[in-house]
Amino acid sequence: MSAAGANRIAGAGRLTPANTVRFTFDGRDYTGLEGDTLASALIANDVHLVGRSFKYHRPRGIQTAGPEEPSALVGIRRDAARHVPNIRATVQEIHDGLAAVSQNRWPSLAFDIGAVNDIGSPLFSAGVYYKTFMWPKAAWKHVYEPVIRNAAGLGVAPDQPDPDRYASRYVHCDVLVIGGGVAGLAAALSAAESGAQVILCDENANMGGALRFEGEAKLDGLEGYEWAQQAVDRLSVMDNVRVLQRTTAFGYYAQNFVGLVERVTDHLPAPDPDTPRERLWQVRAKRVIIAAGAIERHMVFANNDRPGIMLASAARMYLNHYGVAVGRKVGVYTANDSAYAAAIDLKKAGVDIPAIVDLRTDPDSGLVEEAKGLGIRVLTGHAVTGAGGKLRVASMTVEPANGGSKAEIIPVDAIVMSAGWTPSVHMYSQSRGKVVWNEESQRFLPGEYPQDAVSVGACNGTDGLQASVTEALAAGETAAKETCPKAKKSGVKITVDGEGKWAGNMVGAGPGAGAGKVMKAFVDFQNDVTAKDIRLAVQEGMHSIEHVKRFTTNGMATDQGKLSNLHGLAIAAEALGRPIPKVGLTTFRPPYTPTTFGAIVGHARGKLFDPTRKTPMHVAEEAAGAVFEDVGQWKRAWYYPRAGEDMHAAVNRECRTVREVAGMFDATTLGKIEVVGPDAAQFLDLLYTNPFMKLGVGKLRYGIMCREDGFIYDDGVVARVAEDRFHVTTTTGGAPRVLHHMEDYLQTEFPHLKVWLTSTSEQWAVIAVQGPKAREIIEPFVEGIDLSNETFPHMSYAEGKVCGVPARVFRMSFTGEAGYEINVPADFGRQVWDAIYERGAPMGMCLYGTETMHVLRAEKGYIIVGQDTDGTVTPHDAGLSWAVGKKKTDFVGIRGLNRPDLTAPGRRQLVGLKVKDGKTVLEEGAQIVANHNQSPPMNIIGWVSSSYWSENCGHPIAMALVEDGFNLMGKTLYVPMPDRVIEVEVRDTVFFDKEGGWIHG
Amino acid sequence: MLLIHCPYCEEKRPELEFRHAGEAHVARPADIANISDAEFAHYFFYRDNPKGVAYERWRHIHGCGRFFNAARDTISDKFLTTYKAGEPKPELVEAANENKAEAQKGNSAK
Ligand SMILES: [Zn+2]
Repeated sequence: MSAAGANRIAGAGRLTPANTVRFTFDGRDYTGLEGDTLASALIANDVHLVGRSFKYHRPRGIQTAGPEEPSALVGIRRDAARHVPNIRATVQEIHDGLAAVSQNRWPSLAFDIGAVNDIGSPLFSAGVYYKTFMWPKAAWKHVYEPVIRNAAGLGVAPDQPDPDRYASRYVHCDVLVIGGGVAGLAAALSAAESGAQVILCDENANMGGALRFEGEAKLDGLEGYEWAQQAVDRLSVMDNVRVLQRTTAFGYYAQNFVGLVERVTDHLPAPDPDTPRERLWQVRAKRVIIAAGAIERHMVFANNDRPGIMLASAARMYLNHYGVAVGRKVGVYTANDSAYAAAIDLKKAGVDIPAIVDLRTDPDSGLVEEAKGLGIRVLTGHAVTGAGGKLRVASMTVEPANGGSKAEIIPVDAIVMSAGWTPSVHMYSQSRGKVVWNEESQRFLPGEYPQDAVSVGACNGTDGLQASVTEALAAGETAAKETCPKAKKSGVKITVDGEGKWAGNMVGAGPGAGAGKVMKAFVDFQNDVTAKDIRLAVQEGMHSIEHVKRFTTNGMATDQGKLSNLHGLAIAAEALGRPIPKVGLTTFRPPYTPTTFGAIVGHARGKLFDPTRKTPMHVAEEAAGAVFEDVGQWKRAWYYPRAGEDMHAAVNRECRTVREVAGMFDATTLGKIEVVGPDAAQFLDLLYTNPFMKLGVGKLRYGIMCREDGFIYDDGVVARVAEDRFHVTTTTGGAPRVLHHMEDYLQTEFPHLKVWLTSTSEQWAVIAVQGPKAREIIEPFVEGIDLSNETFPHMSYAEGKVCGVPARVFRMSFTGEAGYEINVPADFGRQVWDAIYERGAPMGMCLYGTETMHVLRAEKGYIIVGQDTDGTVTPHDAGLSWAVGKKKTDFVGIRGLNRPDLTAPGRRQLVGLKVKDGKTVLEEGAQIVANHNQSPPMNIIGWVSSSYWSENCGHPIAMALVEDGFNLMGKTLYVPMPDRVIEVEVRDTVFFDKEGGWIHG
Repeated sequence: MLLIHCPYCEEKRPELEFRHAGEAHVARPADIANISDAEFAHYFFYRDNPKGVAYERWRHIHGCGRFFNAARDTISDKFLTTYKAGEPKPELVEAANENKAEAQKGNSAK
């Protein structure tokens, strides 16, 4: 007996017996061979039971030898942070130290309490989630879902951040070949030798596709697999070819944009930490050659999910590639020629084949004779109607296909089966191609190509090795010629002799799993969907395959129904009494196989998830103890707590200090747009509601920008720098969209205007100094500007120097205080900030952040667009009618503002609220009612848009949008909260310095 | 991800560089202040939603910054052509007919 498992067959397979690998499964130590998958190594050690099913917790084994595996899903653990659930054991390669665990079982794999679902399974029939757990809604959240989640669920998600790196690359090529089987290799060779830039990808560890198990094939005189490896070697050394192994084409998007994921390190025992775990390739190909092959289907019969029952091609792969026999006494159940090859290979390797059960009455007599010649009993026109055994199949029940005589029970320890081959049309379907039903061969094949692509080989329904090779060579050369101007004749010739037989095909449930039978004959293993479930769905009125799919969840598991779709469709069609193409195949969508979030996200996580924007003064603010808040991508100083202060205390102090002495604020994040040109004033006149033609040079104006519908879009202060030059400011978040909006009008509606727009948001650092001592603080630094009230009053603009640096100084205020906003080139921002701070601080000036800015502006009733407006507020609603030019004949929004619903009475209008108890700070967003005694649903007449504690006023302040608010002054309204009702009184929005004298200094 | 031909840069660039900007050939009325409510509604709110050729605006926002127009087939999502702002709607009778036939086929199949 081999060290690497009792089921290893000496001399079989391509692995080297000396290269042993140690791994564990459910904590037990096993030995496999280098090159094994977890599945092949487990089967070698006679382990077939690897998991429990999703819904019924049925024992499940390994059903395939590839990526289409529905059942053998395990958790793979490298260390505490690297536990990956739902890995297909048939894909995961083993390495020293690999630790795998079974899933979905408790307390142990062999004894699972959840299996009671199997016995009580009428409860869990199709549609159960829709029908049983719909009502009451609250019960779903608190009762049903937690119970179901505990009992079901596949695998356990890791609870630590993913420590691995994931790389991402874009690449262009002439020809992308998806699939490295014989067709893909031939196409790639042909295209590459013609001179095209070629990418060839294959999802498996070894290229060759079916050549890995089909021993009969000979190409160029070589055994098929050997030929494939030489073809790969030949391609790998060509400069115009990129060969990607372990690389899955998972998504086919518009214009031949194909996503590939390369698994770089999962098969390595000790990966270099600098190597990414996976690499995402985003390929733009001039032409895609799809050579995805075909996937074998299982037979649908009772208990066809018992461990030890698998596809015939899988058994061949385990024997011919891995040197592993899937059992010692293997039954065969088929409707297809290719299963004979499995039986014959196994028999020749010394495995007992008690019977080949062939559903067909008249199979290929040559195969029957060959099998019989080896001493195998062949039962044609018979069906397997059941499987015995629980944790491992122990027998198969065989009956004549048309019933009649007594059933025979044949002891086995494995069953291999084949219902035929499904062309893998996933990539074609993802490219938005519509598959066409081929009645003769009973399968869906690619129809017209919506993108520049072609299918070759088995995925195109091309049967036979010679035909596939011929087709692929031609497709490769044509692709090169049509995509690459310098292409020449490829000259690639491949001689073929010897090939396997693949004929025969059946879809749907086998005899014995027909209508009316109570049994579990599985169609979809991963989602536990049986033939009966699909019939039930039809009975329940589901007539479209899309509805049947959603009702039963057939094909909706992570394997996307690679084995089950066609069977499900055939059973539904039979139940509906309609032909298969009339019932229709569901559309395949990305990803083809499960794809990690890591691969999709790549480097874009943590600090690289989104850029962080910091102002030039950020470091100084940090040193001053600022707490920052995120405003879009910006980090903005929120408040500056001093020792012992919480946020509330800090903001109160900052608010007081600004009004009593002065405060300095970083306003750099404001959007800034330079509007230049002979028609600049006319342009702004059209874009803002306010008049701009007569704004004098050296003056500022507060402007409101509307959309055509009359709703406020943005606001900001505009300075006239020169006759033909304006410095426009926007809200912090609005800068890009305001520029976009302006460009739109300039380029498409007012292209006759001579105006140029430039974003200058990043060019200027903006330092606001506000408060009674503002002028005294900045005066010594300012050159060339007379700051006196007479020459530089409120809403003035001037250029000069501040700290020797060229500056644009705005005399303006968002606090209601006398104040200045000093714009200096961004690189000098820190220097000017520090200088002003050093002088101002000993005079009692403080730094203040965005929270204090918000409070101070609310004390003055200044709005913040996006907080006190919500996209349905007009300038009139906001109490800003004065800012709408009455004499203007045109501006964006002029007509919208006259729409009947915008001029009708009862609009929500911006008002101030006085909280009657004098101490409660309302919740922003809270709803307002006129009658708090009304029972729900109450008549909501508005909502609180801004609300703060005002230390300067000594009471809370709030603004709200209230229906007909301007006419409700002095009225009492109510803010109902979960625990009480708060009484408020409607008032104007100016809470502080109503006369507005402070602003003039 | 679509590839979009910018008629100003005169090359195909990835969709990430562009922003969709609504239906094309919707001109702002010259005397907008005096149009009727119905006219305003048609100008501002009403949009075509064709199955087949749609004319739409795009902006090469992370490239040259220009707005341009495109004719796109809403069945296949494919761009039929792109052209500069201000240029007239191109004649796409053939493509439109093809799409109409396709659409009818789709309808009759239902
Ligand atoms: Zn461009």
